[in-house]
Amino acid sequence: MSDDAKQREEQQLKAQARRENALAPRERRPEDWPSRREFIKRVGAAALLAGGAGYLWLAPEDWPLSLRDNTGERGKPQQPVFRLKKYRVDPASGAKVLGVARGNNYEQMLRMAIGALGGLEHFIRKGDVVLIKPNVAFDRAPKLGATTNPEVLGVLIKLLHEAGASEVRVADNPIESPENCFAKSGIADAAARSGASLYLPSPTSFETLEVPGAKLIARWPFFARPFRGVDKVIGVAPIKDHNLCHASMCTKNWYGLLGGRRNQFHQDIHNIVADLALMMSPTFVILDASRILMKNGPTGGDLSDVVPGHTLVAATDQIAADAFGYSELLGRKSDLPQYLYNARDRGLGNPDWRNMSMKEEQVG
Amino acid sequence: MSCGENCGCGHGGGAAKKVASAGGADAAFDLLSRLKSEAGSIAAPTAGAPNVYHAKGVIYFAKEPKVSHGVKAPGWMRGMRITKIRIVSQTFFFALFLFFIFVTWFSKLKGYPVSMFLEVDPLVGVVTAISTHTVYRHLVWSVVLLAPTLLLGRWFCNWMCPYGTLHQFIGWLFNTRRNIDKVAINRYRPLFQLKYILLIMFALLALFGALQIGLLDPICIMYRTFTTTVAPASDLAVDRTSGALANHGLNADWLHALTFKPGAPEQRVFYAAWFVGLAILFLVGMNLVIPRFFCRVLCPLGAFLGVLSRFALWRIDRDVTRCTDCNLCMSHCEGASDPQAALRKSECFVCFNCIDDCPEDALSFRFMPVKKHKPVEGKLFGKPVISKLPDTERPWPALTRRRLLLTAVTGVLAYPFLRLSAAVNPRAFDRKAIRPPGSVAENEFLERCIKCDQCINVCPTNVLQPATFMQAGLEGLWTPVMDMRIGFCQLNCTLCSEVCPTGAIQKISTEKKLGLGQFAADGPISLGTAFFNRGRCLPWAMETPCVVCEEVCPVSPKAIGTYDEQIKRWDGTIVTLNKPYMRPELCIGCGLCEHECPVADDKAVYVTSVGETRSKDRSLLLRSRRT
Repeated sequence: MSDDAKQREEQQLKAQARRENALAPRERRPEDWPSRREFIKRVGAAALLAGGAGYLWLAPEDWPLSLRDNTGERGKPQQPVFRLKKYRVDPASGAKVLGVARGNNYEQMLRMAIGALGGLEHFIRKGDVVLIKPNVAFDRAPKLGATTNPEVLGVLIKLLHEAGASEVRVADNPIESPENCFAKSGIADAAARSGASLYLPSPTSFETLEVPGAKLIARWPFFARPFRGVDKVIGVAPIKDHNLCHASMCTKNWYGLLGGRRNQFHQDIHNIVADLALMMSPTFVILDASRILMKNGPTGGDLSDVVPGHTLVAATDQIAADAFGYSELLGRKSDLPQYLYNARDRGLGNPDWRNMSMKEEQVG
Repeated sequence: MSCGENCGCGHGGGAAKKVASAGGADAAFDLLSRLKSEAGSIAAPTAGAPNVYHAKGVIYFAKEPKVSHGVKAPGWMRGMRITKIRIVSQTFFFALFLFFIFVTWFSKLKGYPVSMFLEVDPLVGVVTAISTHTVYRHLVWSVVLLAPTLLLGRWFCNWMCPYGTLHQFIGWLFNTRRNIDKVAINRYRPLFQLKYILLIMFALLALFGALQIGLLDPICIMYRTFTTTVAPASDLAVDRTSGALANHGLNADWLHALTFKPGAPEQRVFYAAWFVGLAILFLVGMNLVIPRFFCRVLCPLGAFLGVLSRFALWRIDRDVTRCTDCNLCMSHCEGASDPQAALRKSECFVCFNCIDDCPEDALSFRFMPVKKHKPVEGKLFGKPVISKLPDTERPWPALTRRRLLLTAVTGVLAYPFLRLSAAVNPRAFDRKAIRPPGSVAENEFLERCIKCDQCINVCPTNVLQPATFMQAGLEGLWTPVMDMRIGFCQLNCTLCSEVCPTGAIQKISTEKKLGLGQFAADGPISLGTAFFNRGRCLPWAMETPCVVCEEVCPVSPKAIGTYDEQIKRWDGTIVTLNKPYMRPELCIGCGLCEHECPVADDKAVYVTSVGETRSKDRSLLLRSRRT
C-alpha cells in the first residue's frame, strides 16, 4: 500500500469518527439539568393544563364551565325567542270602533276616520316611536291597487309627526324583491318625503317570535329589527281580492312581517290569518279603499282589475274592519271569509260590524 | 450645446473634458464618445457636445419628470416620482372599480357607467367584434384604451387594471425575498409565452363564433369574482356583525350603509361560488411563487396589449454606456421584461420601477429611442477594433413560428370540440338553460356573452346564476342562467339588459319586456314555460289546499287557473281544493310560481326553457300568445 493510499484511508477513518461523534448523544452534564424552581414551574404548568382540561371534559353538566353534553341537547343552537307586546290602547270614552270616511281628500278623510276612534292625540304620546306596516308585497305601480296607496301613507306619517311621534318607521317583507317593491309602489318615496325611516329586510333582521296560543305560528321567524323600541303599531292595508282566502285586508296584511317558509300557510289559510290577528294587536288599523282590487288578486296587474273606492276606514278592531270591507267595499254577497269567524271564536275581534258603534261620513 | 447639470441625461460637461484630452487610456473614452454619437445617429461629435442622445425640449421621464437640455421642470413636478403618480393612478382605478361594483344595484345605479371597465377593455371590444362583426353600444370606448397603448405600451396593466393592482399589492405585501432573489425571480421565463398562445386560441374560437375570452380576461374575472364571492361574503360579514351588535343592545343599523346589496331578505348564493373564490385565491397566492403570475403567464388581455405594444412610440430605454450591468433594475420589474438587456417591449408594464431602481440613471422612458446600433470602427490601445452597442429592444413576443402553427391548429380543433357538446346544440339543450329577458338566441348568445356576470351582479332577486358545466357545457361556463328556486324574474325589472356590455342581453325597456304600448303586437318576452308536476302538487296529489302559485302569478289575467273541487279527505274532513293548471299562452316563464311553491326540493311547478321567445328552436305552442 502506497503512502498516498494509507493517508487517504486514515483521513476517511477520521472523518467517519467525526461523523459518529456528531451523532452520538452528548453526555448530560449537571449544569444542563433544570433548576428546582424551573422543575416545579414546568410540572405545575403541566398539572394545571391537565387539570383544567380534565375538569372541562369530566365535570357534570350543571357545574360551572363544564363542557359535558350527555344527551347532545346542550350542543344544539339555542334559538332565542321574543314576544311582541300589545300595542293596543284602551279606547277613549265615547269612541267608535269603526270610522268610515268617504271622499277624495285623504288628509280630511284620515282626520275624520281616526277622529271617530278618539283622534290621533288619544293614541299617540309625545315622543312615541310608531311603526307603520303597509302592504308592499308586489312590484306594482300604485294605480294597480296591489299595494298601499303611497299618498294615504304620506298623509298618515305627516299626521303622526304632528301628533308628536318622535320617529315613524315603515316596514314590510315583500314577496318580490324588497327594494323594487318599495320603489315601484311609491312607498319608499312617500316615506322619504314625509320623513319616515324605511326598514327593508336583511338576513339577520329576522328573529323567532313566540305567539302563545297560536295554532300555526307558536314559534316563527319574524321581521324583528324594525320593532326594536317601538311604542305603537299601525297597519295600513289595501283591500284586495284573493282567490284562496277570498279577500286580503287588514289582518292578512301582517303576513308581510313573517319570514321563513311562509309559503306553507296556504295549506290552512283561515287559521293562519286568525293567528295573525292573535300575533298582532295593533294600536289601530287603516283599511285603504282609495282603490279596490276587485279581481285577479292579490297581484292584480291590469287597470281593469281596479275600481276607485274613495273610502278610508279606521278601526280599533281589525276583524270588524275586514268584515266591513268585505261586505261593503268589495261588495261580496257571499258569507264572510272563514278566518273572520275563526278570529271571532278565539276572541280576537268581532266581524258583526252592523251592530257596532261606527261613524260614516262624506268628507272632502 | 452642452447638457446642463440638471439635464438628467447623465452626460454633463465632465465627460466632455475627458474626451478632449489625449493619451492611451483616453483613447477608450474617444471610442466611447464616438459610439454614443453613432448610437444617437445625430450629427458627428463635436468638442463640448458629447451627448446628443435625445432631442431638445422634449419632456421625458427619468426618476422624476424632467425637461431635457437644462430646462427645469416645475418644482411641484420634481418632487413627484413617476412611480408615485403610478400608485395614485392604480389606487384611483381600483377604488373606481370597487365603487362601480358597489353601485351595481337597483337603488344605487343612478346612471353610473357600472360596466365601464368592461367597455374600455379592448380585448372584449375586439374579440366580440371578431365573433359578431359589430361593436355593441358602449364597446366603442375601448378606443380610449387602445390609442394610448399604441403610443406608450402596456400602461393599462400597471396603471389601470384593478386585477393587476390586486396582484401587485399582494405580491408587495407578502414579499419576503431579498433583493438578490428578487432579481432572479423577475427574470423572463419561456412560460410567459403561454398568454399569447391562449390569446390566439381565443381569437380563433371567436372567429368561429365561440367567445371564451371571459374565462381569463382579468376584468371579467374581477367582476365575476366580486359578484359571486366577495360582495356576498362582505354582505354576510356586515349583516352578521350588525346583528350581533344589535343582540347586545347596540344600534348598528348604520353598518348597513356598507352593504353591497341592501334590501335582500336572504343571503345571496351562487352556483359553484367556491370555485370562483378558490380560483382567485390560488391566482393571487401564486404571486408568492412567481410575482404577477397571472399577468405574466395567463392574461389574454395583457397578451393582446403586448402585441400592440410592439408599435409603441415610447419605451424604457437603457443607456448602455452608463449601465454597469448590476441588474438592480430587475429587482422590482413587474413584467419581467428584461430591462437589463434588450427590453421585451411586449412584456413591459411601463411600471417605471426599473428607472427608480437604477443607481446609475441609465434608464429612462423615451420617445422613439434608437433600436439598432451601427457597428463602429475605431482604435483601442492602438489596435483597430469594431465595436457595436447591444440592441436595447426586442419588440415582438417570443413565440416561434412553429409554436404559432401548433397553437393555430389547436385553436381550430378546439372549436368543434366545444360545439359538438350536446349542451349547446338545439337538439339537446338543457331544460334549465333559461336565459335572462332580452337575451339573443343561444348561438348568438354564445358569440356575445363574456361571462363577466354583471347581469348576475345587478339581479335583485338572485335568480341569475353563473352556469356550471351542467347547464351549458364548457362553452357556456359562467354564462347567466336562471334558477327559479333561488329567485324569480322580477316583472318590471330590466336591469340585466342595462348593464350587459356586449349585447348578449340586449337593452330592453319594460314596455318591450311586458309587451305593452308599441310592443303590444309582439306580446311579452317569455323566458320559458311553467309546468305542473301533479304527482308532487299538494292539491293534486295530497288532498291538501295550497295554490300559492296561482296567488303570486303576476300576469293579468293569471297564467295559472284552478279547478275548484270539494272533497272528503281520508280522515273524513271536507276540504276545498283549488287544483292549479297552466294557461300556456299567458305564461311568461318568470318563475315566481316555482319560487313560492312550498314543495321546496323538487318543485311541483317549475319553469323550463321551452317556449322562450328568443328562439324558434325552443318554441312550444303553434299559436303565439294572445291571438
